[in-house]
Amino acid sequence: MTDVLVIGGGLHGCSAALHLAMRGVSVRVLEKDHAGRHASGVNAGGVRQLGRHLAEVPLSVASMAIWHRIAELVDDDCGFESHGQIRVAETEEELAACRARSDQLTALGFTHEEVVDRAELRRLVPAISGHCVGALVSRRDGAAIPYRTTFAFRRKAASLGARFEEGAAAVRVARAGRNWCVETADDRRFEAPVLLNCAGAWADRIAAQLGEPVPLEVIAPMLMITHRVPPFLKPVVGATGRTLSFKQFPNGTVLIGGGMRGRAAHDENRTELDFAKLAINARTVWDLFPIMRDATINRAWAGIEARMPDDIPVIGPSGTEEGAFHAFGFSAHGFQLGPVVGRILADLVTAGRTDLPIDSFDIRRFRQSAAAA
Amino acid sequence: MTEMTTRYDLAVIGAGPAGLAAATLAAERGLTTVLLDEQPVPGGQIYRSVTRNPVRNPGILGGDYWHGADLVGPFRDSGAAYRPGTTVWSVSRALEIGLSRDGAARILPVKHIILATGALERPFPIPGWTLPGVMGAGAAQILLKSSALVPSGRLVMAGTGPLLWLLAWQYLRAGARIDAILDTTPGGNWRAALRHMPGFLRSPYLGKGAALLLDVRRKVKVIGNVTDLRAVGDGALRSVAFRQGGGPERSLPADTLLLHQGVIPNINLANATGCGQHWDEIQRCWVPTVDEWGASSVEGVSIAGDGAGIAGAVAAEHRGRLAALGALHRLGAIGPEERDREAATHRAALAEAQRGRMFLDTLYQPGPDFRVPKDDTIVCRCEEVTAGQVRDAVRLGVGGPNQAKSFLRCGMGPCQGRLCGPTVTEVIADARGVSPAEVGYYRLRPPVKPITLAELASLPKSEDEIHAVLHP
Repeated sequence: MTDVLVIGGGLHGCSAALHLAMRGVSVRVLEKDHAGRHASGVNAGGVRQLGRHLAEVPLSVASMAIWHRIAELVDDDCGFESHGQIRVAETEEELAACRARSDQLTALGFTHEEVVDRAELRRLVPAISGHCVGALVSRRDGAAIPYRTTFAFRRKAASLGARFEEGAAAVRVARAGRNWCVETADDRRFEAPVLLNCAGAWADRIAAQLGEPVPLEVIAPMLMITHRVPPFLKPVVGATGRTLSFKQFPNGTVLIGGGMRGRAAHDENRTELDFAKLAINARTVWDLFPIMRDATINRAWAGIEARMPDDIPVIGPSGTEEGAFHAFGFSAHGFQLGPVVGRILADLVTAGRTDLPIDSFDIRRFRQSAAAA
Repeated sequence: MTEMTTRYDLAVIGAGPAGLAAATLAAERGLTTVLLDEQPVPGGQIYRSVTRNPVRNPGILGGDYWHGADLVGPFRDSGAAYRPGTTVWSVSRALEIGLSRDGAARILPVKHIILATGALERPFPIPGWTLPGVMGAGAAQILLKSSALVPSGRLVMAGTGPLLWLLAWQYLRAGARIDAILDTTPGGNWRAALRHMPGFLRSPYLGKGAALLLDVRRKVKVIGNVTDLRAVGDGALRSVAFRQGGGPERSLPADTLLLHQGVIPNINLANATGCGQHWDEIQRCWVPTVDEWGASSVEGVSIAGDGAGIAGAVAAEHRGRLAALGALHRLGAIGPEERDREAATHRAALAEAQRGRMFLDTLYQPGPDFRVPKDDTIVCRCEEVTAGQVRDAVRLGVGGPNQAKSFLRCGMGPCQGRLCGPTVTEVIADARGVSPAEVGYYRLRPPVKPITLAELASLPKSEDEIHAVLHP
């Protein structure tokens, strides 16, 4: 007998399964491919509080506390390293925006984002181009290895009794008495009283079957990675005025991302890269890190990801059905939130409430826009 | 993509026999054609440097090699544009080619693409294969063809397959000394191959192959039924250890060990483009799935020659011409009747060239121990991942090469899986007790050849800039 069915074996689904299994709940995850196949396994791995939407900040801070003790939760350090995240300002105007942001957070009682001057920026990032005037810094941020993380959550959940059905694509979701009945593309049926929709780029199809369509956009953020170069960078670096996420792995390879988008063909599990846009990313790196000008690009790829129109996720109970909950639409910044979102979902399932503020993520905010569409 | 930005109907990638023949026929029939090739001169691997070979005695390389010149002449006269020194690093479903030439990267849109990327050596993962002094026989043959280099010192060759014997024969004619050939062909293969003997007896391979084998065997010590092969040394190769059948371990001192166990299609570009592929149980490799015209599952992308499945250089020519006819038809330059009529002679020649292939494929199929190595053997050289680590990952729930790649980094290095992909597939399949077809293969990522950040950063958008790279 299964208590909870989770649709989607990405990080959020695996984290929910883990937190539920830790509380003795019988849980089964239905994953259409394999756990971590899409955005959860191939994202940039940024573990970032820096620059988050204000609604996400309390969740991000709570999740960061879990990240700093991640091995206690999943028996694997997930490759997590905390050398801070930095958003450089290339002009005085950008630095002023950084100050305004920091002041805004301080007023709300959060102290993790601080503005640093040119000298401190150069101490933190010696390779940064001389024209940068300062930065916004979150020192406890860092990065982890995405697939290893998702796989660790899956393994720990499985070790506590969670069951994973891989190759099980949920195609139909319907009531069957007091249970939810999920039918898969390979003609299997699973039933449980509680349903979690963690289906990522495919989550709108589940939500629609619950009578609450959402304006979800499927996106394909692109990343590229270089051959190994000598170590020159510890923190993760972004820019204030342009799109960039830049970090060096311990093995010397350098990851270049930041949200330039390719094209997603999500029904075919496929993405197409747009090298003209990657060229813009390369140009940004050229400008900010002169040391990288001779580096060689080894691979580029894109993950398939869900984006909501307001760039924050849907987290919380269904607005139409009892016993159904959502966590999707993380809009290309869900990785850091994974540990805490699983906890929130377990809270909602087992206690009917959570102590973290999730009202901003209510699916009902899309009622009008979806109806209009 | 519009007519305005397209200067070529057809781009052929790779100037080996398939690419040369395809570009020649397509250009002769009126398609504006460009042949893009990484090498400075045409010929591919099989006819490498055929137009300016430093080997002064033509007899060293054998008559088949010089046939490459018969392909280059007509190509030069065909009107096709030729762009040597061009690295193609991406092909998209929109038929846009990412390429680099003279340090500048460009995107070239065309109407049809024929991939003629040829073959590469099957990985031969044995203990010690990463030691300096150990290399692939194919790489050694490149040095012979392009620079007239032969190994000095004590030379041991080991493995199975026609190329091993051909190289030994070429070395002997070049005056090199071979201390021993360790033949790893499994004894049982002869029995399995016998039922394909009738085809082989009528094939062109027989006469040439038998004479060459006899010649080598007369002059070199050949040790058969070799198992448990190891390269031994501390910092560099010192000796080669092996057993004969179940016998005691023996050792031969060696400065150079050349390994070879056949060639497999070079599928990286086709795979990264998204062309469908399947596992070939006889040749033990992934092969792009194509129709009788070489058309892949991606509209407008065809694959010709060994890159679409190993069949040899002569077959590659005919497959190139068939792919060109398919492209001419798809682009509306010829009708189906004309295409089929012209294809008939090429199909007959292709059948003739492929006769005897099953015998060779069956006879020279590498044994399981050389495809699925023991735990302590490195399978991924770039990231130094062992077969044991792959098996441990399978025990944790890793089900296929892509999960293994994400979990262990195998296949993530500069070679993009060329040196580990088939091995990782087979190790996982073996550990799970399922077929390689079921575990799948790496999803390879462009750029399939490395490009510099500087090249990428300067990627131009306008047609004139693209033109400037190809027509400096």
